[in-house]
Amino acid sequence: MEEKIKELRAAIEQAGAAVTSEAELSEFWQKFLSKNGAVAGLTKSLRDVPKEDRPAMGKTINEFKTWVEAQYQALSAQVEQAALAARNAAETVDITMPAKVRTTGNLHPITLVKNEIVDAFAGMGFEIYEGPEIEDDDHNFTRLNVPKNHPARDMQDTFYVAEDIVLRTQTSGGQIRVMDMEKPPIKVLVPGRVFRSDSDATHSPMFHQMEGLVVDKGITLCDLQGMLDKFVQALFGPEVKTRLRPSYFPFTEPSVEVDVSCFACGGKGCPLCKHTGWIEVLGAGVVHHSVLENCGIDPKVYSGFAFGIGIERIAMLKYGINNIGLMFENDLRFLKQFED
Amino acid sequence: MKVPFSWLKQYVEIDVTAQELETKLFDCGFEVEELIDLSAEIDKVVVGVVTECVPQEGTHLHICKVDCGDYGHDIQISTGASNVYAGMHTAAALDGSTLPGGIKIKAKPLMGVESNGMLCSGEELGLNDDLYPGSEVYGLLDLPKDTVPGTPIQQVVGLDDYIFDIAVTSNRPDCQSVLGIAREVAAVLDKPLKMPATDYTVSDTVDPRLSITVEAPDLCPRYIGHYVHNITPGPSPRWMKRQLALCGLRSISNVVDITNYVMLEIGQPMHAFDMDTLESCQIIVRRAKDGEEITTLDGKEFKLTPNNLVICDGSKPVALAGVMGGLNSEIKDSTTQLLFESAKFARDNIRKTARGLGQNTDASSHYEKGISEYTTELGMARALHLIQELGCGEVTASHFDCSAGAPREGKKFTATISGINAILGITVPTEAVLDILRRLQFEVTLEADGDTMQVVAPRWREDIEIGEPDLAEEIIREYGYDHIKPTFLKAAQVTTGGLTADQKARAKAKRAMCAQGFYEAETLAFYADADLDMLHIAPDAPERNVIRILNPISSNLTIMRSLLAPSLLNVVVDNLKKGNAEGRLFELSNIYIPKQLPITELPEERLHLGFAAWGNDEDFFAVKGAVEALGTAFGTQLTVERATDVPWLHPGIAAYILCEGQRVGVFGKLANDVTAELKLPKDSRSNQNIYLGEIDWPAFHALVPKALRYTPIPELAPVQRDLALVAPEEAECGTLIAEMQRACKQLTKVELFDIYRGEKLGEGKKSMAFSLYFQPGDKPFAPDEVDRFIKKILGNLKFKLGIEIRE
Repeated sequence: MEEKIKELRAAIEQAGAAVTSEAELSEFWQKFLSKNGAVAGLTKSLRDVPKEDRPAMGKTINEFKTWVEAQYQALSAQVEQAALAARNAAETVDITMPAKVRTTGNLHPITLVKNEIVDAFAGMGFEIYEGPEIEDDDHNFTRLNVPKNHPARDMQDTFYVAEDIVLRTQTSGGQIRVMDMEKPPIKVLVPGRVFRSDSDATHSPMFHQMEGLVVDKGITLCDLQGMLDKFVQALFGPEVKTRLRPSYFPFTEPSVEVDVSCFACGGKGCPLCKHTGWIEVLGAGVVHHSVLENCGIDPKVYSGFAFGIGIERIAMLKYGINNIGLMFENDLRFLKQFED
Repeated sequence: MKVPFSWLKQYVEIDVTAQELETKLFDCGFEVEELIDLSAEIDKVVVGVVTECVPQEGTHLHICKVDCGDYGHDIQISTGASNVYAGMHTAAALDGSTLPGGIKIKAKPLMGVESNGMLCSGEELGLNDDLYPGSEVYGLLDLPKDTVPGTPIQQVVGLDDYIFDIAVTSNRPDCQSVLGIAREVAAVLDKPLKMPATDYTVSDTVDPRLSITVEAPDLCPRYIGHYVHNITPGPSPRWMKRQLALCGLRSISNVVDITNYVMLEIGQPMHAFDMDTLESCQIIVRRAKDGEEITTLDGKEFKLTPNNLVICDGSKPVALAGVMGGLNSEIKDSTTQLLFESAKFARDNIRKTARGLGQNTDASSHYEKGISEYTTELGMARALHLIQELGCGEVTASHFDCSAGAPREGKKFTATISGINAILGITVPTEAVLDILRRLQFEVTLEADGDTMQVVAPRWREDIEIGEPDLAEEIIREYGYDHIKPTFLKAAQVTTGGLTADQKARAKAKRAMCAQGFYEAETLAFYADADLDMLHIAPDAPERNVIRILNPISSNLTIMRSLLAPSLLNVVVDNLKKGNAEGRLFELSNIYIPKQLPITELPEERLHLGFAAWGNDEDFFAVKGAVEALGTAFGTQLTVERATDVPWLHPGIAAYILCEGQRVGVFGKLANDVTAELKLPKDSRSNQNIYLGEIDWPAFHALVPKALRYTPIPELAPVQRDLALVAPEEAECGTLIAEMQRACKQLTKVELFDIYRGEKLGEGKKSMAFSLYFQPGDKPFAPDEVDRFIKKILGNLKFKLGIEIRE
């Protein structure tokens, strides 16, 4: 009997070494561990063993059976491992092949700058008002203290669509519309498209402006500069300062041109600021008494300031764009550069 | 406005450099656009005295020894000029020197003889006879014998000067003259202003025949005429010629030069009529008769209308008022008596005439900017003074002054120093306020309260109108903007700010489009009829109701857009041409809808969300996915309805976009016939794959849920069953799903997962396989409940559509 077990053990070891697949594993099980397998045969042949030897032999057979089952388990694990490895190998990809990309789009640089300005001012209590792009003469000019035949009308090349209806040349008309609707305290930003008959590297017949207006009691020129300091710092960085210098706009008095210290060179002088240390960014001033009066606001009680920013100009400065035409060409290679 | 530094110095003692003055002018509101250094073009050119001058045999050259002072007393220079002589003082360009135009002079042999530079003509130094007499002589510049060898040539010929090119803002026409700028310079430097002489004496002569009548005082509020006779035409003095030349004018003759000089100096355009040509010695200022003609000094003929103002004699126009004189009354060498005109004409009328006739002159430019009557008076007085100073005529006693009655004094008003400070936000000391106003020639009386001022503005300051704000501006531009100390709305009330709900929604729509891979575009709000033609928009379509620009900048920008799609298609074509073979773009911008044409009131401006997608990866369903995602972003479901009647979209691959059952937009593949007409690169496959869409933003936004509400999540999981149906080829997936859902309210989701066509099914049939999801309520479905649902669904499909399950 023991001889038989020894032979069988040798046969199993030999058979086990040959198992590499699921089918062979199954064959192995059939041959040795199934109901009709060799191990079951051993148990059956116990009947032929003398009665007194049976317990010892039974134990030996059981121990042998446990060993065979362990062999089977090991083989089974081995086959499973091999199958997984084979599948992995079959599924392996060339990771250097091109990626499949569906990127998100992004906003236009004009919108980015507009949003930045709006964010900066909304936090300071400004509302956002958008007036009509096709505007009457009254709002675009007359009530802004630019009556018919005023020389300031020559400062702007105006597109007309009817005798008294124009494509607005400035967002300043928004001042009038806001003051018609609301009474002080007023803090409002008026962003929008404006139109002038002008076209070259720095002029487009359509561009964007953002008008700002504050009207309340006791507003001064110092407040204007304080507000503009906060604004340019939000756009260009905390070190940037403003400089005011005299200018002329019909709807403000005094009127100022506002320069910012050059954010590229810190004011030392570079090509961007034409070696002056300063860059002109916007026009501003104390709201003209006539404009307040035109809107039924008493200039003896209230005062205010207004400012107007060219959004393309800010975007061009901020992103280093040298031709305004690029903004309206919408070449994807341009648009894709403004991920924010 | 060009102002020579040397000319300014006649009126103000200037003790700062040109560069320092530039800064000071900038600070007080006069930006010097360019400070032109007249000496800068010339370097190392000095006075040289020719000590020896020997003809070089066999050549046309002279070999000279030249004394150039500190640069060398014995410099050998060859010259080809025939007017050279020993003892001549001339201009010597030394080795390494520079002449105008960037010409470099180097020592080099000339016909085998060493020449250490070049002797120069006036022309080579950029001079003319007006700038420096004798400059136009053929040959070398022959300088006076008192010139010192080695002196830089600029100092000798008057090129040691600067021209200030100043940007004058439109509120300051009083500064459109040398005197005007001098007034500002005097104020900013706090120096006295030396006024140009305007005194003259009149003779006893009067011409009783002479008369001046202004028939259109609204267009000519002031007209001053003065009769001058015994004219002796001749050249102008050197100083006058030079100053005219520095400002770019050539000298013509003394009388004509006086009129030009006064315009530059005082800012008053002057005109002189030859008296002998004035019929019945009359001047009548009137509107032109319709069709009346005039030939101006430059020989151009104009046909006039009553909108044009003319100066006439007894019978005919002799000048186009404020623009140019007539050829018939021109001052000639033979002129012996003349009538000077100094007038103020209405600014806008001159502008309209000059623009309308295309005849812009220096005079019209001055009138358009605005002239004060003070200037008109001063100009005449100065011209008459110059007639006497130059001795070129006799100033008679025949003087005419026609006035519409404007006051001859400055504006008077009351202002307070505290009011000025309240505008500025700082406290400018009272002495400083008074001092600045004095320097600017305001007359100020401070009242006993130490605050109230009675102010009289200078007569030439017509821009001063509203008192304290005007004075605040004057004070701060002289006191210095660096005194302004930034404050942050210290007196203002707190306000709430931020975006409105609609503004926030628009920002969200843009983000939603970006999330779907669309880049934001920004296109011009105008285009041309041709752009609507490109999309095959019918002539009677509502999109053809467009607002036309009366004065377009170009022929392709003539109408305000009525649809975004043409703008976006142009951008797509442009991108394809540039090799951007695929992409996605959107724009949220206005279209313009007139209420009537021609428009008499403001039109409706309506926001549209336009989008475009092109490239090999795009198909209808990719774009449809983006549209659905937009709906999802706004908490709504956007569905589609076949669109076959949009001329610019493929009739079989286009859909209206529905929100809550209402049409809010359209999208689809660009129509084949539209695509075929596009000028696209030939070999690009992307050309055939362009998708366009446009959503009416307010229509969409009005239909989306205003507030978000939470819907409880079902506790039980849905039960899934798959179903394959055999349908005719033309059956639409959406119809099948709608009918399935109509039959069973528990069917909450249906997904198409396969379409199969094959012989077994037969011709014109397709098999569509769907996953059906049934949502149980509080209790699980009974064992055969889902089977009953399926039965019901199949029953409805067969009844409504004749569609059956695939066996």
